[in-house]
Amino acid sequence: MFKGVPILSIITFIPALAAVFLMMMSHLARPEGKIQIEKNAPRVALVTTLAVLGLTLLLVFGFDTTTSDYQFLEEFAWLGGGIKYRMGVDGISVLFILLTAFLTPLCIISSAKSVKSRMLEYMVAFLILETLMIGVFCALDMVLFYVFFEGVLLPMFIIIGVWGGKDKVYAAYKFFLYTLLGSVLMLAAMLWLYYYSGQVLGAGNATTNIAELSKLDISAVPQVFLWLAFFASFAVKMPMWPVHTWLPDAHVQAPTAGSVILAGILLKLGGYGFIRFSIPMFPDASLYFAPYVFWLSIIGIIYTSLVAYRQTDMKKLIAYSSVAHMGFVTMGIFALNMQGMQGAIFQMISHGIVSGALFFAVGVIYERMHTREIAFYGGIVKYMPMYAAVFMLFTMANVGLPGTSGFVGEILTMVGAYQVNPWIAFGAAFGMILSAVYALHLYREVIFGEVQNDKLEGMKDMTVREIVIMAPLVIMTIILGVYPSLITDITAVSVDALLAGVNAKLAGG
Amino acid sequence: MGQETMGLSLLTGEIVLALSAVLLLLVGAFGGGRGVSIVRYASIAALVIFAFAGFIINGQGEAFKGAFITDDFSHYVKALIGLTAAASLWFSRDWFKSEKLDQFEYSVLMLFAVLGMGVMVSAGNLLSMYVGMEMQALSLYVMAAFNRDSLRASEAGLKYFVLGALSSGLLLYGMSLIYGFTGSLSFSEISAVIGGEEHISAGIVAGLVFMLAGLAFKISAAPFHMWTPDVYEGAPTPVTGFFAGAPKLAALALITRLMTGPFAQAQHSWQQVIIVLAVMSMLIGAFGALTQTNIKRLLAYSSIANMGYALVALASVGAATGGAAGVSGMLIFMSIYLVAIVGTFAAILQMRTREGAVEGIADLGGLSKSNLPLSLILTTLMFSLAGIPFFMGFFGKWFAFAPAFNSGLTWLVVIALLSSVIGAFYYLRVIKVIWFDDQAQEFVKAPRALAVLSAFSATLIFPVLLLPFVTAPTRALIEAAANSLF
Repeated sequence: MFKGVPILSIITFIPALAAVFLMMMSHLARPEGKIQIEKNAPRVALVTTLAVLGLTLLLVFGFDTTTSDYQFLEEFAWLGGGIKYRMGVDGISVLFILLTAFLTPLCIISSAKSVKSRMLEYMVAFLILETLMIGVFCALDMVLFYVFFEGVLLPMFIIIGVWGGKDKVYAAYKFFLYTLLGSVLMLAAMLWLYYYSGQVLGAGNATTNIAELSKLDISAVPQVFLWLAFFASFAVKMPMWPVHTWLPDAHVQAPTAGSVILAGILLKLGGYGFIRFSIPMFPDASLYFAPYVFWLSIIGIIYTSLVAYRQTDMKKLIAYSSVAHMGFVTMGIFALNMQGMQGAIFQMISHGIVSGALFFAVGVIYERMHTREIAFYGGIVKYMPMYAAVFMLFTMANVGLPGTSGFVGEILTMVGAYQVNPWIAFGAAFGMILSAVYALHLYREVIFGEVQNDKLEGMKDMTVREIVIMAPLVIMTIILGVYPSLITDITAVSVDALLAGVNAKLAGG
Repeated sequence: MGQETMGLSLLTGEIVLALSAVLLLLVGAFGGGRGVSIVRYASIAALVIFAFAGFIINGQGEAFKGAFITDDFSHYVKALIGLTAAASLWFSRDWFKSEKLDQFEYSVLMLFAVLGMGVMVSAGNLLSMYVGMEMQALSLYVMAAFNRDSLRASEAGLKYFVLGALSSGLLLYGMSLIYGFTGSLSFSEISAVIGGEEHISAGIVAGLVFMLAGLAFKISAAPFHMWTPDVYEGAPTPVTGFFAGAPKLAALALITRLMTGPFAQAQHSWQQVIIVLAVMSMLIGAFGALTQTNIKRLLAYSSIANMGYALVALASVGAATGGAAGVSGMLIFMSIYLVAIVGTFAAILQMRTREGAVEGIADLGGLSKSNLPLSLILTTLMFSLAGIPFFMGFFGKWFAFAPAFNSGLTWLVVIALLSSVIGAFYYLRVIKVIWFDDQAQEFVKAPRALAVLSAFSATLIFPVLLLPFVTAPTRALIEAAANSLF
C-alpha cells in the first residue's frame, strides 16, 4: 500500500494546509462572509481531522508488524550538509500518530461548542498543532524532529494565552520558557552529535539521521553529558518530578481541548524522546543513570499522588495524577527490558485516552457551572446518571483497575521494574494504591454525597455532542483493557530490535 | 585587456554607485518637485545593480596593488548589503512622506554609505579599509540626525558621531601600531610578517586589540554598545531599520577578512577577544532588553545580542579548525537575520495611528483583533528572531553555533543557547501583547509597499524557504564565499 506516495507527509501536512486555507478564505472574504467562515471553521477542521484519522487508520492497516525497519520512508534534500527531510514510522511511533489523529477530532468537536471567541483562529491553531505533533512522530532526522518538537510550543502558547483561564498569560509564559530551557540543552547535544558523526564517518558524511546516529559508538564520558542534555529536555516535557511544576499551571489555565492535547499527546513527546534517542544512542549512560531515574520516578509517583489528593481544583488534581502516571512510564522505559518498554508505550497510549477523557469529563460540568472547585459539587449522580457512569469508568481506568487500559500499562511496567529492582516495583505498587485514594476521593466528592449546592439543581445530563466525544474514548478504554495485544503486537518487533541493539552495544562496550 | 582596465572592472559595482551618487545629487538639486522620487528610484536601481554586479562581472582578483580585493566572499556580502539597503530605501518612502521629511539627500546619503561598505568589504589594505569605514560612518551620522528639527534625532546623531569618532580614533591607533610593527599596510604583507614571527610581538597584539575595539563599536558589540539604544530610539525609524542591517554585516565582513587574512596566524590573540565580545554582547543584549517598553530600543538590544551570536560563529574561524564552516555559519546567520530585520522594521513602520507614528510595545495591544495579517507577520518575525524552530532564525543559530562546537568552544555555545532562552522572553512579550492584551488603538491602513515588504520577509522566514530549490543554491553561494577566504 502507498507505494511511491509520501503518505506520512500527506498525513502530517493536511491539517496545516487546511489551516492556511481557512486563513486565506477569511482574509479574502468580505465582512459578512467572514462571519460565515468563522461559523464554518469547526466543520472544516472536523472534516480535515477526520480525513487525517482515516488516512492514519489506512496507514496502520498497511503497517507491516513483522519487521522492525522503518516503513513508509521518505527522504528529500533539505538543509544540506547531511541534514535531510526524512520521514518514516516503526512500531513505536505509528501508534502515537494514531493517538494524535484519534484525539484531535474529539477536541475539535468539543471546542466547537465551548469556545466562545475567535473560533477561526482557535481552529487554525489546533490544525497547526496537529501537523506539528504528527510531525514529531514521523521525523527520522534529528533536526526535523527538533523543529517539530519545539514547534509544538508555538500554537500551544497561543492556545493557552488567548483562550485560557484567569492566569493564562502567566501559565503560557511558564509553559513556554520552562520547556524551551530544557530543549536548548538538547539542542547543544544535537550539535555535538552532528559533529561527532562527521568525525567518525568522515567530514563529508556528517549526518543527523536518527537511525545512523543510533549505530554510532560513543565513549562513556560524552555519553553521560549527552544523556543529561537530552534528559533535561525530555524530563521537562514528560514531566518528571521535580521539573513538573509548569504542568498544573498550564493545565488549569488551558481550555478543555488544550488540556486534552497537553495530557494526551504533548506529555508523550518526552517518553517518545527517551525511547527514540536516549536509550538507543546512549545505552551505557542510560544503564548508569537508570537507578536515579527509578528513584525520581518513584518519588514522583508517590509525591504527586499525595499532592493530587489535596487539590481543590479538579483539573489540577488530574494534572498531578498525570505526573504520577508518567512516573510509571519513565520507570518502565529505564527498566531496559521487554516488559518495561512495552508497558511504558502501552501506558502512554492508555494515559493519552484516559486522561484526555477525564479532562473532557471535567469540561462537561465546567461548561454547566463554570467552576472546577471540587467543593462546589456533590451529588451530581442525581441529575446526571449517565455522566456519573462514564466518569466512573475513567476513574477506574485512572486507578488502573483490571479490565481497563490503565491496568495493563501499570502492571507491565511494574513487572519490568521488578526484574531490575523489586523495591522500585514495590514503591510503584504503593503509588497505585495512592492513585485509588485521590481518584476515588474526587469521584466521591463530585458525584456522590448529598447535593450541597442549590445551583446544581436541574443540571442536564450529557448532550449528544458530549456522548459523541465520550463514546470512542469509552470503547477504546475497554477494548485496550481486555485485548491489549492490539497494541503490544504492533510494538513488539520494534521494541525487541531496539533492546537487542542496546544489549549488543552494552556487551560490546 | 591591460592590467589597469581589468582592475577597474572589479570595481564595477562601486563605480556605478559613486557615479550615480554624484549624478543624483545634481538631479536632486536641480530637479525640482519630482526630483525626490526620481532620485529615490534611481538610487534603488543603483543599489540593486551594485548587489548583482559582483556576480555578473564575476571578477576575482585585486585592484590597485592589492588595496581592493574581490572574491566570492565580497560578492555575496555585497549582494546582501545592496539588497537590504535597497529594501530600506524602499520602505523609508512612506514614512518620510507622512513625516514631511521627504528629501532627496537621504537617498544619496544611502548610496554613499553603501559605497563605503563596498570598499570595507573589499578592503585589501589598512588605508582602503579606513577610507571605506569613514565614508559609511560619516553618511550614517548624518542619516541618524536626518530629522534635524527633532531633538531626539539630533541628540542621536550627535551621540553617534562623538562615540563613532572615538572608536575611529581607537581603530586608527591600532592601525598605526600594526603599521609600526609590521612595516606594511597591505593585508597580505602583514600576514606574511606575522606568519614569519615565532612570537607575535606585543605591539601587534595591542594594535589588533585596538582595531577590534574600534570595529566592535561598529557592530555594537558589548562593551562598545552604549550608543546603540539611544541612537536606535532617536533616529528616524527607517534609518534605524537600515542601521540594524547592512552596516552590521559590512563591519562583520571586515572583521572576518581581517581575522582570516592578515591576522590568521595570530588566532590565539584575537580569538579570546572575540569570545569576550560575544559573551558580553549576548548577555547584555538579552538582559538589557527585558525591561524595554519602546520597540526600537528593544530591537537595539536584540541586535546587540544577535551580533553576539554572529561572533560565536566567528570565534571558531581559526586556521587550525578549518574555519570555513565558521564563516559560512556567520553568513547564513546574518542572511537570515537581515531578512528578519528588514521585515520587522517594515512592520514597525506600519504602526501608525491617526495621530502619528507610535513606537511603544504596548501600542501593539490587541493587534490580532484589528489587523490579523500584520500580527501574523510580526509573530513570525519575533519567533524567528527568538530562534524558535520552524522559523529560519532557528536554522541561523544552528549553523552559527555548530562550528563553534567543532572548535571545542562547547561552553560558549551553551552560554549562547541559554542567553537565547532569556532572549525568547522579550520576543514573547511582543507576541503576548499582540495576541493576549486588550486593544490599544487601531492603526491606519498601511501603505502597500510596507505591507508587501513585511509579508515578503515573513514568507522568507517561514519554512517555505526550506524547500530545497531555494536553500541549496543559497548555501552553495555561501559555501563558495566562505571557502574563498581560505
